[in-house]
Amino acid sequence: MNNSESEEETVQLTHGAGGRAMGELIENHVLKTFTNKTAGEIGLDQLDDGATIDLPAEGTLVLTTDSHVVNPLFFPGGDIGKLAVCGTVNDLAVMGADPVALTSSLVMEEGFPISKLNRVLTSMEESSTESGVPIVTGDTKVLEKGDMDGIAINTAGIGLAKEPINDAGMNPGDKIILTGKIGDHGMAIMQYREGLSFRTELKSDIAPLNELLKRARKSGNITAMKDPTRGGVAAALNEMAEKSDLGLTIQEELVPIKEAVSGIAELIGISPYEVANEGKAIITAAKESAREVVEGLKSHPLGRDARIIGEVNQEWTGKVIMETEIGGRRFLEAPLGDPVPRIC
Amino acid sequence: MKFKFKDRDRADKLVQLINRQVPDRRIKIVHVCGTHEVSITENGLRSLLPDRIDIREGPGCPVCVTPTSDLDAALQLAERGAIVAAFGDMMNVPGTAKSLSELKSEGADVRLVYSVSEAVKIAAGTDKQVVFLSVGFETTTPMTAAVLEDHPPENFSILPSNKLIPPAMESLLELPDNDIDGFIAPGHVSTIIGVQPYEKLADKYDIPIVVGGFEPLDILYSLGLILNQLSISDPKAENGYTRAVDHEGNSKSKKLIKDVFKETDTTWRGIGTIPNSGLTLNRDYEKWNARERFEVEPRQAEETSPNCLCPQVITARATPEECKLFKDKCTPESPHGPCMVGEEAMCNIWYRYGGRPKL
Ligand code: SF4
Repeated sequence: MNNSESEEETVQLTHGAGGRAMGELIENHVLKTFTNKTAGEIGLDQLDDGATIDLPAEGTLVLTTDSHVVNPLFFPGGDIGKLAVCGTVNDLAVMGADPVALTSSLVMEEGFPISKLNRVLTSMEESSTESGVPIVTGDTKVLEKGDMDGIAINTAGIGLAKEPINDAGMNPGDKIILTGKIGDHGMAIMQYREGLSFRTELKSDIAPLNELLKRARKSGNITAMKDPTRGGVAAALNEMAEKSDLGLTIQEELVPIKEAVSGIAELIGISPYEVANEGKAIITAAKESAREVVEGLKSHPLGRDARIIGEVNQEWTGKVIMETEIGGRRFLEAPLGDPVPRIC
Repeated sequence: MKFKFKDRDRADKLVQLINRQVPDRRIKIVHVCGTHEVSITENGLRSLLPDRIDIREGPGCPVCVTPTSDLDAALQLAERGAIVAAFGDMMNVPGTAKSLSELKSEGADVRLVYSVSEAVKIAAGTDKQVVFLSVGFETTTPMTAAVLEDHPPENFSILPSNKLIPPAMESLLELPDNDIDGFIAPGHVSTIIGVQPYEKLADKYDIPIVVGGFEPLDILYSLGLILNQLSISDPKAENGYTRAVDHEGNSKSKKLIKDVFKETDTTWRGIGTIPNSGLTLNRDYEKWNARERFEVEPRQAEETSPNCLCPQVITARATPEECKLFKDKCTPESPHGPCMVGEEAMCNIWYRYGGRPKL
């Protein structure tokens, strides 16, 4: 055990020091793994101080950034690399933008195994290819052992929107659409929480949503979008209601949830509405075009289970009302804290 | 075909039935179980019922009814160097000076456990004294009894704070201003004690008591049975949860309790001392009683902070909304009273569902 550990190639402080070791790490691992590296003349391969981006069209630039930390680093259905790319791509997509380019900043702990780094980089590459968004510039830092836990990844992204969509632009009468089943990511991670002795086949729903949401935008009049990540659907809907000062009513029986998810939820007493999704979006669309938006979503594999789950109104403004399966009514509140351990 | 517990058609029919039978006056129905309150609130049942039906949670949350003096005893033992093991919900209940979790952050060895056997395991792995804060109703007590019958390690003991539901129900009926029209008796407790103990109560106080399950349809059904009894003036104890509860209850569990514990007068937060409403260890098992082993001094304690309506909430005489501190000053993050702490407690449940259980 000890032997193999000492023989295993790991990240060293010199790998972040800017010298030859760092050059080699980037050359042999980052540049070799990534294939999609340019959005203009100067891209990742040039290892210049920055990258250039040729904008593909007219429009509004959208910029976002997110630092990703997750425990465990590798979870059913994905890992921190996939999360880092998809998270930022999705933030752009729900703004109504087509993502154009990403940055990638790796912060690692001294002693982090190179094999794990390679797995993470491969995931980033896969997600970058799947979404068609290049990673055009980056940075690497190494911290002393014990100063952090494994690896953290920051990605920033630039996107281009013809008409940016915010998360509070809806109007009374609009329909609320969910692009798929809720709670998969959060519950998949929950299974790893201390003390849970069971495992299911459940996987994270993590996926890049840019193509799916592009189809949605093309098929109808979308008034607001939001990705229900931390805090889940409950937090996202409440934020939308609060910001727009409108009421949202959803029908419990229309909300799609996998059986495995409701099973775990029941067992551990955490609501599927309160845990993170990494491959879903909440969309509001004008009443007349809601059907078309759902059809547009359904034409993409990631939107197969899309459906209308409720509507926007002016009753109880700033609040979310849930009509329960047996016909009762209650508030759906945002969760008090994040039920997922250490996921940002 | 899978039987659906959340069937809207069946719910509609039950609601119609209830509507037909509900008298033309305010009806107050009390249940005694946090799980009932969660189900009622989560499913929005109150919004389905006529306004005249007022459903309240009584002393159904073990955390809420545990008196400050018992909590103080646990704090005292932890301060004196024992490892104190307690259920999660007990950790944040304010004692006289502080809560268990506050004491823990000051360095005391307080452990969160999910069951009494976990506490025994801790004892097996240490030379230190391990005290389990034994709270709970008839549902959790048999497990504690089983553990003690099984000869736990010598350094293990329990601080008995176990309580019995039927005497608490009776004490509510004894309150002059109770105005209770019927009880939904707790399904879990009743799987152990059966329907029998409620028969005496129903007789003595002429009140409907219906054992209820926890699915929304179960609860509507129990309400229907209560209203039916009222409409034909035939109050009695009735079993509305026959798929889980036997008339006699579970004789094995009842025997376990009897073998290890004996009835004693005990203090309920909000209610006061109720004769024979609690359990302590009987003579054969006295050596596992932390109170005896460590000579814990019984001390009188202030039960709740001045403006907290918990005593009234626990006795179904007030709702959280009537408390001035509710939602503004008192929240699950900074609770002023025990009713905001336990996940089974009415203030906590109402808070989590928007502070307004009826829309
Ligand atoms: S809201 Fe807080 S202060 Fe008021 S009764 Fe409930 S626990 Fe006590």
